[in-house]
Amino acid sequence: MNIRKILLSLLAPASALVFALIVASLALWAVGRNPFDAFSSMWDFATTSTSVASIINRAIPLYISAVAVAVGFQMGLFNIGVEGQYLIAALFAGWVGGNIGLWQPLHITVVILVAILVGAIWAGIAGFLKITRGVHEVISTIMLNFIAFSVIAYFLLNWFRDDPTSLNLKTPVFPESGRIPDLNWLFTALGFTEPKGIALQGFLIVAIGIGVFYYLLVKRTRFGFELRASGMNPGAARLSGVAPKRMVLTTMLISGGIAGMVGLSTMFGNLYSYTQDFPRNFGFTGIAVALLGRNSAVGMALGALLFGFMERSALILDLEDTPKEVVQIMQGVVVLAVVIAYEVVNRMIERREVKAAAEATRSLEAREEVAA
Amino acid sequence: MTDQPLAVELTDITKTFPGVIANEDVNLAVGAGEIHAIVGENGAGKSTLMKILYGMQAPDEGTIHVRGETVHFKTPKDAIAKGIGMVHQHFMLADNLTVLENIVLGDEPTRGAQIDFSAGSDKIREIGKTYGMEIDPGALVEALTVGERQRTEIVKVLYRGARILILDEPTAVLVPQEVDELFANLREMKSEGETVIFISHHLDEVLAIADSITVMRAGRTVATVSPDDVDAKQLAELMVGSELPTPETTESTVTDAVELAVEGLTVLSDDGRKLLDDITFDIHRGEIVGIAGVEGNGQAELTDALMGILPTSSGSVVFRGDNIAAWSTKRRREDGIGIIPADRHRQGLLLQSPLWENAMLGHQTVKPFSRGPWIDRAGARERTQDVIDRFDVKTPGPDTVALALSGGNQQKLIVGKEMIADPYVLVASQPTRGIDVGAQAAIWDELRDARKEGLAVLLISADLEELIGLSDRLLVIYSGKIVADLDPQTVTPEELGSYMTGVGVEAAS
Repeated sequence: MNIRKILLSLLAPASALVFALIVASLALWAVGRNPFDAFSSMWDFATTSTSVASIINRAIPLYISAVAVAVGFQMGLFNIGVEGQYLIAALFAGWVGGNIGLWQPLHITVVILVAILVGAIWAGIAGFLKITRGVHEVISTIMLNFIAFSVIAYFLLNWFRDDPTSLNLKTPVFPESGRIPDLNWLFTALGFTEPKGIALQGFLIVAIGIGVFYYLLVKRTRFGFELRASGMNPGAARLSGVAPKRMVLTTMLISGGIAGMVGLSTMFGNLYSYTQDFPRNFGFTGIAVALLGRNSAVGMALGALLFGFMERSALILDLEDTPKEVVQIMQGVVVLAVVIAYEVVNRMIERREVKAAAEATRSLEAREEVAA
Repeated sequence: MTDQPLAVELTDITKTFPGVIANEDVNLAVGAGEIHAIVGENGAGKSTLMKILYGMQAPDEGTIHVRGETVHFKTPKDAIAKGIGMVHQHFMLADNLTVLENIVLGDEPTRGAQIDFSAGSDKIREIGKTYGMEIDPGALVEALTVGERQRTEIVKVLYRGARILILDEPTAVLVPQEVDELFANLREMKSEGETVIFISHHLDEVLAIADSITVMRAGRTVATVSPDDVDAKQLAELMVGSELPTPETTESTVTDAVELAVEGLTVLSDDGRKLLDDITFDIHRGEIVGIAGVEGNGQAELTDALMGILPTSSGSVVFRGDNIAAWSTKRRREDGIGIIPADRHRQGLLLQSPLWENAMLGHQTVKPFSRGPWIDRAGARERTQDVIDRFDVKTPGPDTVALALSGGNQQKLIVGKEMIADPYVLVASQPTRGIDVGAQAAIWDELRDARKEGLAVLLISADLEELIGLSDRLLVIYSGKIVADLDPQTVTPEELGSYMTGVGVEAAS
């Protein structure tokens, strides 16, 4: 029974992936490439140690972003503002991290706390507006994204830049104590070749911690139960003693706090400062990953890795003169297909449960009749 | 009349929903020009059958004939085209439009690009004259009485050319005088050759008006009888199967200790209307206080105010000696106020979640469901199993999702999880609505037992039998006010009915 249930739940992402592959094959075939050749060279390219490190590095911010979105999704709250939240958090965290010199673990902790705090405050504005003025969080978080971009530009230009004469706007670079060492030793320890020219980011450990935190919070705590109850049935949640306004605000703060950490893997492991061209779009792609992973801690990790894989393997298509936009098509299709496939499979599971319950009830009744 | 084909013939209709068989091998034959009543308990499948006939739902099996012709309705539009009209129990009228506008809505007579209102109102007057249902087309719906609104609905259906009318519990919302008027209208329609299908569970009315009666029980049609051949008791037996459940509380267990004292409770809407107006009552240990009233007269607001969801603007609620006006919902629940919500799907259950999470709902802050900030899964499952065992919830186990259970079993779970927490006060809102007779009897027994143990119950119900049978005192709520305090032992349904519709209030004042 349980194995069947697990198989059923794997059916959805698997069929979505197959569907996405078919669509991508059609696209590849349309541009005159043999889909099988293309896929096999994508696979060969993406399974080298260097590529694996790159895929994981790409997946880390996507995963954290997805978790931030998913916290809100659990109660039907749409935090579309992860983009602005993580960028502004990264700016402040970068500025603080570049201006202090502490014992390494403390230094890193301070930077992380600043990022959480700034992200939470920025998302909290939307939460506050919702509970006091009834402003829908989709509107306010989108607007706050634009405000964040402008605020960042202003601060970076006027207050936080390290060198007023340089054209390359950035915050002061972190000293050695503010950097997290890479995890490339993992590859050799596991018997693989070491990645070349790339460092597996140490922030991976924090990302895994965020996933564990998310799982425990949602599934094992009272707060998580109230969060899910508020999403599934606000009326019932309220009657059960959940204060809806406080719930909205708390959820926004947690979501924003997690969002604040999206940019940190890059900051600790690669750039060591907030730069004008700090990587963007993790906030939006995170929404897709949250959908792909159905808000599940493990599902979103797989979704983030899949996105990382697709982005990485797109590079080889470029080299082989195939438009790498094929990969973007795949990303879009896979998200849509997963959403649909889950809906279908959920209905199948639901029907099975209903049937099982009806059968069990009938046999219970039959037994009672015999007894009577 | 004999050589005329049957107006409606449903053959071997079966319709299942997840977990429920709503209709099973249902057969119904309605002659042209007759008033045909369909009677049955809540959940016997009457409404589903009518939804099938009106094209709102497609049957899984079976055939439908209308005037001898096989039909397959996909939407109500198809049914309307065949001359079938339905008047729902809950009126579907726009309050801020006139009778005329409501009636022509969606089927407007036009002259050029303009709506021809005068043609519309002429037609309404004509229908009114033909069937004795005069109604002022220019009147605003919000100014109409319930009876007039219903008449508007019927005229609306006739306006669209219906020759076969389905009336879903038309008398449920009417006062006795209005019922008489409605019946006069129905007889008028019959004499004009219209066919009426009349759903009810008021047996006296059915016997008074119907030409033939089909009885449904547990999704099946069990008999079609003529009113001349049966009396109300026999009909009731057909409906229930064996004997009528008699919700009768035995000797009084009311004590002197006041568990809940509500005084002058007033709740205002956002625009300053009084939703609850100076409500005052006490509930003692071991007492069940019943609140009767037509739905929408403040019952929902009263529950919400008592649970701390709706802010009160004046008055006090004293629970075991403490004024709880400032208490949060959470505190009220933790300190021993239980709630059975009126609508289990909207307020009582997480349908997609396992039963143990549902049992936890409202008790998630206390043992055995949680320890500090953590959920105690083992404790929650164990407690849920207790509820399942003690309250006879039919389910494979605590991990089954709530939506897999029948309504009766869902409700037993809700009642059980509240009872097992040993509250001091229980607000029970429609505790047995829409569930089977067996589950209803079980819940009544539980309420009676808990009362004996000293529970103070506020019983808000639309089921008069339940109210009269269980309550120690009966209050009537009308338009946000308590208008009568009655003794359930002596009160008659007529008396209650007149207070519930505000007639008694006007007569008394």
